[in-house]
Amino acid sequence: MLLYHGIVFLPLIGFLIAGLYGTHIGARACELITCVFMVIVAIFSWIAFFFMAFSNVNVLHIPVLCWMTVGDLDINWAFRIDTLTVVMFVVVNSVSALVHIYSIGYMQHDPNRTRFFSYLSLFTFMMLILVTSDNLIQMFFGWEGVGLVSYLLIGFWHQRSEANRAAMKAFIVNRVGDFGFLLGIFCIFVLFGTVDFNDLFLRSLSGQFSGGLSFFNGKIIGEDALTIVCLLLFFAAMGKSAQFVLHTWLPDAMEGPTPVSALIHAATMVTAGVFMIARMSPLFELASTALTTITCIGATTAFFGASVSLVQNDIKRVIAYSTCSQLGYMFVALGVGAYGAGIFHLFTHAFFKALLFLGAGSVIHALSDEQDMRRMGGLWKYLPKTYWMMIIGTMTLTGVGIPGTFFGTAGFFSKDPIIEAAFIVANPFGEYAFWILILTGFFTSFYSWRLIFMTFHGKPRATADIMHHVHESPPIMLFPLLFLGFGALFAGVLFQPYFFGYAYQDFWNGALFTSESNNVVHAVHHVPLWVKWLPFFVMTAGFFLAFLFYIVMPSMPKALKARFPKIYKFLLKKWYFDEFYTIFLVTPAFAIGRVLWKKGDMKIIDGFGPNGIAVRVLDITNRIVRMQTGYLYHYAFTMLVSLVMLITWMLIGSIR
Amino acid sequence: MMTHQWPILSTVTFLPLFGALLILMIKDDSDNAKRNIRNVAFLTTLFVFILSLIVWAGFDNTDPGFQMEERAKWLGGGISYHMGVDGLSVLFVVLSAFLMPFCILASWETIKHQLKDYMIAFLILETMTIGVFCALDAVLFYIFFEASLIPMFIIIGVWGGAHRVYASLKFFLYTLLGSLFMLVAIMVMYWQTGSLDILILLNHKFSFHMQVWLWFAFLASFAVKMPMWPVHTWLPDAHVEAPTAGSVILAGILLKLGGYGFLRFSLPMFPLASARFAPLIFTLSIIAIVYASLVALVQGDMKKLIAYSSVGHMGYVTMGIFAANEQSVEGAIFQMLSHGIISSALFLCVGVIYDRMHTREIVAFGGLINKMPKYAAVFLILTMANIALPGTAGFPGEFLTLIGVFRVNHFVACIATTGIVLSALYALYLYRRVILGTLKKENLKTFVDLSFREKFILYPMVILALLFGMYPAPVLNVIHCSAELLVSNYNNAVQAHAGMVFLQ
Repeated sequence: MLLYHGIVFLPLIGFLIAGLYGTHIGARACELITCVFMVIVAIFSWIAFFFMAFSNVNVLHIPVLCWMTVGDLDINWAFRIDTLTVVMFVVVNSVSALVHIYSIGYMQHDPNRTRFFSYLSLFTFMMLILVTSDNLIQMFFGWEGVGLVSYLLIGFWHQRSEANRAAMKAFIVNRVGDFGFLLGIFCIFVLFGTVDFNDLFLRSLSGQFSGGLSFFNGKIIGEDALTIVCLLLFFAAMGKSAQFVLHTWLPDAMEGPTPVSALIHAATMVTAGVFMIARMSPLFELASTALTTITCIGATTAFFGASVSLVQNDIKRVIAYSTCSQLGYMFVALGVGAYGAGIFHLFTHAFFKALLFLGAGSVIHALSDEQDMRRMGGLWKYLPKTYWMMIIGTMTLTGVGIPGTFFGTAGFFSKDPIIEAAFIVANPFGEYAFWILILTGFFTSFYSWRLIFMTFHGKPRATADIMHHVHESPPIMLFPLLFLGFGALFAGVLFQPYFFGYAYQDFWNGALFTSESNNVVHAVHHVPLWVKWLPFFVMTAGFFLAFLFYIVMPSMPKALKARFPKIYKFLLKKWYFDEFYTIFLVTPAFAIGRVLWKKGDMKIIDGFGPNGIAVRVLDITNRIVRMQTGYLYHYAFTMLVSLVMLITWMLIGSIR
Repeated sequence: MMTHQWPILSTVTFLPLFGALLILMIKDDSDNAKRNIRNVAFLTTLFVFILSLIVWAGFDNTDPGFQMEERAKWLGGGISYHMGVDGLSVLFVVLSAFLMPFCILASWETIKHQLKDYMIAFLILETMTIGVFCALDAVLFYIFFEASLIPMFIIIGVWGGAHRVYASLKFFLYTLLGSLFMLVAIMVMYWQTGSLDILILLNHKFSFHMQVWLWFAFLASFAVKMPMWPVHTWLPDAHVEAPTAGSVILAGILLKLGGYGFLRFSLPMFPLASARFAPLIFTLSIIAIVYASLVALVQGDMKKLIAYSSVGHMGYVTMGIFAANEQSVEGAIFQMLSHGIISSALFLCVGVIYDRMHTREIVAFGGLINKMPKYAAVFLILTMANIALPGTAGFPGEFLTLIGVFRVNHFVACIATTGIVLSALYALYLYRRVILGTLKKENLKTFVDLSFREKFILYPMVILALLFGMYPAPVLNVIHCSAELLVSNYNNAVQAHAGMVFLQ
């Protein structure tokens, strides 16, 4: 039991030490303390993982403290430990520990690095609260908590106005999602009379709804009410996991330091939405409309992210849109009921995407903070270790592997089952998702290799001055890459049977709920051969096309750009989402605010109310008394007179 | 009845007056005298605060009724000097007593002229505000309630900013309008029941027709105090013109008088009218939340921005009170208490940089984090508390209110919940413009971080803003029983009436 307390609270202690005493003990001590704590926590997490996943224990409840008890609403601080939690433990804490260590090298010249390390630890703590939550409110605490730290870390370089803008945008867009989360919680409380996961799942599965929802006398009951709940929760997940329409904050979040992008905006926080839906599977599994919505949004996001990624020139933005796209895959998995596959992709994605980001960070670090790929090229000679690690990351992201064998990267083992699961769902939405994901697979392969070729191959395009300083990163930054590379290569083949294979039942132990009719886990093994091989072919095609465009005939992309300027602009401008929101949401909000203030408050309310009268009164008082505070006595006098009247009246009354 | 005991409530209430008397006797000319004035004021308020903690410690959480009652003959004819506290009021006493020492400290160096009068005004104000929450007689309540305005008028009118005359005149007109109606209502109640003891009034069943008139009369007064939309426009002006400590008391305590009035009079005494007109309150509340948040977005003056944000936050309170279930009522009370700490602290924060720059225009600042990292951290935590981030004291109140209202009316709660997005928008926009960025302006480069006195004022508030977010139990436990009684009485009355209508 103490193990779990240690896992959750050590990062908090690290944060408090670095945050409160950072200036006294110095930056080096802060780095050491937070890193050592995180390494301990990561080791604990793996212990917990092996204990939990391979024992007969279903779920542990560890109460910590009472939070609020008001009437029939009872909220406690408590940990819920099951296989899903420990999987997240491993993901969050392994990546966090490696990012902590990496940051010692990456941030070594930053004067504010004590603050940086304290934020990293605080983030880890919030994330752990989120994944261990035993009720919806605690989850909401972690949910908003990671949002806060994400805000702080995106805006870490607070001198840059772009960073501040991006940080605020991230927070606001997430709050839009949280609006859905809160309403979802309210609906659940009204429907089930509890916010506790245990009771909630029991009541949901046994169909104990204590009523319905009502809007304007229209009553919504049963499955429809459940659908509304699930859609509201999914809306929250869309915000946190940057799904289509609420995705705009994620690419901008790349203004933060690169280790932050790796930890928060690739491996952990953005996957919180996936985790939440998997956690709530006993509800979602009963709301089929919500599930099809998730499938559609997920597939659309996957396509959108990959399409925008094709033309971006900022190395981090390419990976950011790729994250967006990969999260779409996870949501498709959830939407078709393959929760295990979704979580498995979350698990492997954390390794290879963190690897790609940290690799990109290593490149950026080497090139004196240059992020534009148009000013890179030919770096493989200078950064051989980083290069090979990036190659591993790219191979994993594109899903290199041979169907039907054990040869494959982690991405192959986690992504292909999602595509297969989409295929076997016999409805138009599943079909839509299947074909979209195939196309996305092609795009993914293209933009990933485009990144490699533009960055590491061809002639160096950086200035001579920068090229002069190019250097391979120090061992403290390469060591985490090595670990992640190992995970990216082997996590798939090692864990696939447990997450989404023959040992599914024993491994998850009820942590993920699948209804009777849902047999997607078994059915994926019986898809036609062409479905298994199709992703392989599009991936290869993507590679060759990128090779053709950026190695063999570098003039091709320019020719295409000139041939289709509209499409190019559309993709480069990210489908014009930011422009759309600025015109239709942000500007109107300010305009309405101004109108309400100038016209509503000043003209109408004040004009007809106090000012109209005040003008008269001021006139009179000015004439009578030239004293500023005259009316104060006036008022006191009025009150006194009225009091006297009141008392007199009552005395008369009592005599009678 | 515990009249034989030490009358602790009267002591807490009138001790500040005693302090004011002491100050009155000091000759106000030398620096020495000024130091004495400050010390006497501070020690008095500190002592009152300690006494209020004793009240809290002696309060029995399991008793829903009134405690520590004191009763003395006064005007006769059903009007007596009757004091007492229950779960609804006791924490407001503590809040008032808690904020006062900080107000005195915040005025330590900034008040240059007429220091003596200033401190006397504050001590009288303390007596009046604590008195409101202790009074168990309607006349006593009315006197404290209205008299609390006089020192506030003077504080704004004498030590205020450039447009102080306009601001206090507006304040005067609004409150005069409201209080006259309340006075009439109190007279009518006396005429009906023959007594103005609140305990008797609580048990008297007014006819439905009567309830409606009385309810509206009280609404006129309390709505102005809250302030509810559309009678809120005095608040931004009053805040802008008031000195820092005046804003603290205005936001921290005076805004709570209206909400407390609703809980003490409107809801329990006129339950049928409350139930009938709850939709009206809901409408005004959601307008307040959305409207005030949007207006806050475009403000250029920091105090005005926080004032409009207060209007929005009070929207949750009114909504919660009239949703009349345990979550919503306890949430509303918690919201009032947490807002009392958070918005007070925010006004103190504004005061910190006002003292350095003598302007509150947002555009005059920018990049303060570079020179004032501690201030930036404090401001950040308070901003997060203001937008009700879970784990801060702003969250339980807003969350409980919303979940309570949602049980009664989904639509209203949905609209009100948009407040969490809008509040984040204006609060972070403010933070970005004032604190973040590069330090470009020359005159900001000489800024120094928080002084010892400023830390002493702000740190306790920040700690409370976090503590009551993580562990609100000490506060909620006090409120529970009384809120439960209030809600069950309300429900019984409404159901009984519905039953009667059904039988007819």
